[in-house]
Amino acid sequence: MTEPVLEVRGLGRRFGGLQAVADLSFSVPAGVIKAVIGPNGAGKTTLFNLVSGYALPDTGSVRFRGAEVRGLPAHELAGRGMARTFQQIQLVPGMSVLENVLTGRHRHTRAGFLASMLRLPATVRESRTARERCLETLAFLGLADLADAEAVSLAYGQQRLVELARALVCEPALLLLDEPAAGLNMRETEDLAGTIGRINATGLTVLLVEHDMGLVMNISHEILVLGAGRRIAEGDPRAIQRNPDVIRIYLGEEDADTPDPARKTV
Amino acid sequence: MAARGRGFGFTAGLAAAIVLVQIAASSAHKVFYLTQLTMAAYAMLVVLGLALLMGYAGQASMGQAGFFAIGGYVAAFLTTFNLGPRRDTLLVSLLAHAHLLVTRPDGSGGSVTHVQPWAAALFAITLAAAIAWLIAGPVFRLRGHYLAMATLGFGIIVHRIFLGSSYFGAADGISDVPALALLPGFAITGRAASRVSNYYAAWGLVLLTLWMLTNLIGSRIGRALRAIHGSENAAAAVGIPIARFKTQVFVLAAVLAAVAGVLLTHYNGGIGPSDASVMKSVRYVAIVAVGGMANLRGALAMGTVLTFLSLRGYFGSFDDLVFGGILLAMMLFAPEGLVGGAIWRRLRSMFSGKRRGDDRTGA
Repeated sequence: MTEPVLEVRGLGRRFGGLQAVADLSFSVPAGVIKAVIGPNGAGKTTLFNLVSGYALPDTGSVRFRGAEVRGLPAHELAGRGMARTFQQIQLVPGMSVLENVLTGRHRHTRAGFLASMLRLPATVRESRTARERCLETLAFLGLADLADAEAVSLAYGQQRLVELARALVCEPALLLLDEPAAGLNMRETEDLAGTIGRINATGLTVLLVEHDMGLVMNISHEILVLGAGRRIAEGDPRAIQRNPDVIRIYLGEEDADTPDPARKTV
Repeated sequence: MAARGRGFGFTAGLAAAIVLVQIAASSAHKVFYLTQLTMAAYAMLVVLGLALLMGYAGQASMGQAGFFAIGGYVAAFLTTFNLGPRRDTLLVSLLAHAHLLVTRPDGSGGSVTHVQPWAAALFAITLAAAIAWLIAGPVFRLRGHYLAMATLGFGIIVHRIFLGSSYFGAADGISDVPALALLPGFAITGRAASRVSNYYAAWGLVLLTLWMLTNLIGSRIGRALRAIHGSENAAAAVGIPIARFKTQVFVLAAVLAAVAGVLLTHYNGGIGPSDASVMKSVRYVAIVAVGGMANLRGALAMGTVLTFLSLRGYFGSFDDLVFGGILLAMMLFAPEGLVGGAIWRRLRSMFSGKRRGDDRTGA
């Protein structure tokens, strides 16, 4: 049994009177697609921010690739191979799609201020390699034609793909997707499911937070269900669909005999 | 490739303009124009550094005149303060042993022993860099208006120190700063005989700086700085160490300002407290804003014209008012700047729709 990519133990974070995440433990084994679901306010995004260094946990431990990383800043975690996308898209205005994606190569390039100012041969070579790598990834995501377009001028769904491309060129060991289907139409969501599947098929471990139950049930190997910051259930999609606790938090007590929580959001 | 070709075209055009202006000024027997253009060139070093810091990295500084003044004043002090009477102190004797001292006549029959100008220049620039590095830590805990206020405070402190200290000549500033010999037969000096060579040296340095900063902006560091400007969350998510890069770009801008301060002080033969004033800092910010913020060439073009007009005295006693007014008007009506702003982009796309397509295939 290989070590999980991510292992969270007893994680907790309080905001004022609200216990956003409480004593939460789970792990993400290498090579899987794991989804975190739960009603609004269940603590999904907080969990993401705690894991990826955008918020500090009050308690607990986060082990990433075998090392304790709790409390490390976000850029440090990115440097160790954790890449993420955002629910509120974070692209740089005034930069083309390609330039935005090129920022994702930061940890695989070395040139400093002086080498960059002087355009040293090694710097030029390094930047050409990075460019080729990014163009490949854009082609993989079907964005090759848009490489020179301004990123923030694209349609919403395309902007999400640009963020995904930027995360992919980081060559992460773990990819965190924060509501990747938010704002996408059904067709785009279906395409996204295929894309995430293809990314995972290359061996990349994926942890995603998602509201779209169809997408989650479709692509995930494992699902973690949160309610009020705590773990309600964990298991494969079939087990989750039958879990009475999950059905209760999603559909309310009186509907507890309805077996399919997927119906709610589709 | 197309973008690089165009960058080269601009540099070549600018180089040609520099030569043409010199030939025109010399043949029209108006070489004194070259003096103001040389002074404007040094101001453009400050402007280019600030354009990088503020326009690209998104970190406003209202204290660039402070770094300019640190460079200029420290170089002026070290090359005018007479160490002769203090020959016996440890520091001065160490400097003498290291051949870092020079003695020259002081113009009133006596002599003055001071630090070698090139050593003083290096020390002044290093000191400015060190101060920038030191204050970057606390200053970059702040963002936006608060950052501008903190750098403004720094500028005021520097100004008051130079204005209030008799070592730095108080309200008179420091004069009789000697020439800065850089190469055999070439020195930074305002003497009429060196006017043309100094003009070329100053503008050569501007071209070199423009080339280096353009390279930087197109590099991974430049993209990281623009990412920090556009979205710190995105920058952190790809592993960009935001605090470190903010510090480094701040130090770089401070070094450029200090280099300008040192060289202009040697060129003018002195420096006064008005060069350290807050209005000078506002002036640099106004020039970057009117040039289009994230636009080195725009800042260079607008800055050269405005600084030249100001130095020629066309703005009269409204000098500060003009720059303050420009800054206010830019913020209110054209935050994108005049050069490369929305108006121009629209015009450009009207006339060159085809060239854009070429760029795409050439990239």
